[in-house]
Amino acid sequence: METPLIELEHVDKDYDAGPVVVRALVDVSLRIARGEFVAVVGTSGSGKSTLMNIVGCLDRPTHGHYRLDRVEVGRRSGDARALVRNRMIGFVFQGYNLLARSSALENVELPLVYRGVTRRERKQRAAGALREVGLENRQHHKPNQLSGGQQQRVAIARALVTAPPLLLADEPTGNLDTRTSFEVLSLLQRLNRDNGITIVLVTHEADIAACASRVITMRDGRILSDAESPARDAGQLLRDLVDGATFSDSA
Amino acid sequence: MSAVFVRLWNAVILAFTAIAGAKVRTVLTVLGILIGVAAVVIVTALGTGVQERITAQIKSLGSNVIYIFPQANQSSGARGVRGAGRLTEADGKAILREAISVGSIVPSLQAQAQLVLGDKNVATIVVGTVRGYLEVRGFTIAAGSNFTETDERVKAKVCLLGNTVKQNLFGHEDPVGQIVRIGRYPFRVVGLLAIKGQTPSGDDQDDRVVIPAGTFRSRVLPTAPGRVHLLMASATHARTVSRATAQIEAILRQRHHIGPERESDFGIRTQAEFLRTQEEILSTLRALLVGIALVSLGVGGIGVMNIMLVSVTERTREIGIRMAIGARQGDVRVQFLVEAVTLCFLGGVVGTLLGLGVIYGLSRALGWSMLLSPLALAVALATSFACGIFFGSWPAHRAAQLDPIDALRHE
Repeated sequence: METPLIELEHVDKDYDAGPVVVRALVDVSLRIARGEFVAVVGTSGSGKSTLMNIVGCLDRPTHGHYRLDRVEVGRRSGDARALVRNRMIGFVFQGYNLLARSSALENVELPLVYRGVTRRERKQRAAGALREVGLENRQHHKPNQLSGGQQQRVAIARALVTAPPLLLADEPTGNLDTRTSFEVLSLLQRLNRDNGITIVLVTHEADIAACASRVITMRDGRILSDAESPARDAGQLLRDLVDGATFSDSA
Repeated sequence: MSAVFVRLWNAVILAFTAIAGAKVRTVLTVLGILIGVAAVVIVTALGTGVQERITAQIKSLGSNVIYIFPQANQSSGARGVRGAGRLTEADGKAILREAISVGSIVPSLQAQAQLVLGDKNVATIVVGTVRGYLEVRGFTIAAGSNFTETDERVKAKVCLLGNTVKQNLFGHEDPVGQIVRIGRYPFRVVGLLAIKGQTPSGDDQDDRVVIPAGTFRSRVLPTAPGRVHLLMASATHARTVSRATAQIEAILRQRHHIGPERESDFGIRTQAEFLRTQEEILSTLRALLVGIALVSLGVGGIGVMNIMLVSVTERTREIGIRMAIGARQGDVRVQFLVEAVTLCFLGGVVGTLLGLGVIYGLSRALGWSMLLSPLALAVALATSFACGIFFGSWPAHRAAQLDPIDALRHE
């Protein structure tokens, strides 16, 4: 097997919650290869968000090792992890997390700002990323002028603009209706398939997880199961949904 | 390096965007800084104006003048009686001959007297002196001419009128060549003194009549020949005043046979002493006003800090987003620091403009010249800048220390 992009070895994460210590992750070992589309599922409190924070270099494991692209990043300082996030990881959140006062283009530019890219190149690359998610005509709209699905696509463009090897999506469809959810998933699948970007997606919805080629189930801070599964095509699901709707409309 | 510049420049743009997004709050926030800087600017200009005014007034007394007057010492009985001391024109001549730091010296006798012209009559001060008096005291002739050496020798009844006296007696008429009576004797007006204004202590320097010393002794106030009320010396330079004073004291003590243990029978006063007192008062006043201005700046700065802390709390989620996509602690710190500095600097600029406006209005109303030096302007702006750094550091530090996960969860 080639060297995995993500490699967790016996990772524990403990939180000091007053008198008791909460064990959010217990002895989690995990390998994810380049180009995989992995869904992490589990109920709330199962540790999937904690796993996401550690994989996303937002948090540090209490014990164990985390290697990203063969580099140990689990022990890095705050600024070093900020650098890793900027270079290696794109984030997509449930609540979109766009800057409300900035336009779509400015939002997408943001990661490049912290990379010190010049204004002109930033505009170019941000416009390119927006084109990739099909929002080339919405560059100067503020988030509140965009629909939920459009906002999430802006967030995906922001995650893509630095061309990172890894994209982390934390409940990306949580605020979206079924149809828009499939649209977003279809976009993620296309990026995974065409650009070879590795995607780790956290969700608690089974039909969303079904679109991934591998599903990791968490419970009580441990990995309960980790299985390959035939990925369902979100585009097809979307077409079925639209057909169904048309069907029932005409009925 | 260019990457650092891009990030810094971006922080500036960000600061302006944030400030423009909350105009009312911005105005209220910077009000304290604005008033503080305006106060600093006004106080500085006012101080400079008052200083210039005092310096001009002191200059009007005559440049580098040293006053020497008889002063009864403990051993002599005639204490406090003017002219009872032994100060003579011969003393003056000896000083001029021997004291190398003394440029010129003139005698002066003074008395209150009535001046009469037709049915008008005014009380004024008559000064008996020599021609050099004008130069030492810094008077110039506005019309006519100074009296001559011959006038002095023959004790001619000629006089120079100060402008106040001329106004009271002649109005707008030309007094030169006219005859006025001083006491019982008619005097011919040979010259008119140019206007000099008030002394710093409020005396009208133009309310006087100047006549030759010999004439004074025989016609105005009978005085022993050679005896003077006052000697006025001028030092060769402003820097040599204290040296000249020491020389004068040594020469006079020797001439008056005053032993080393005994007190002098004369006193010496200089403009420098007067100047020093004035400057002490002025600098105390200025320190007080600057203190008030600094308190205002401090209060304003705390206001800015308070708003910045509120802003950090309000924008916690934004900070979280920025951190998640790669902002380092330094980036976040710089962002808020630049915002605080921009706020304060904005207040500083507007405050400076306000201060300049007030100065302009005041100087027109009071007729004073109040100029703000470029240095003071730079200090005012630099102070507001420093205020931003000082009062912005803590909020910026708070923002930079946020944990990205907590910040992202913040509602």
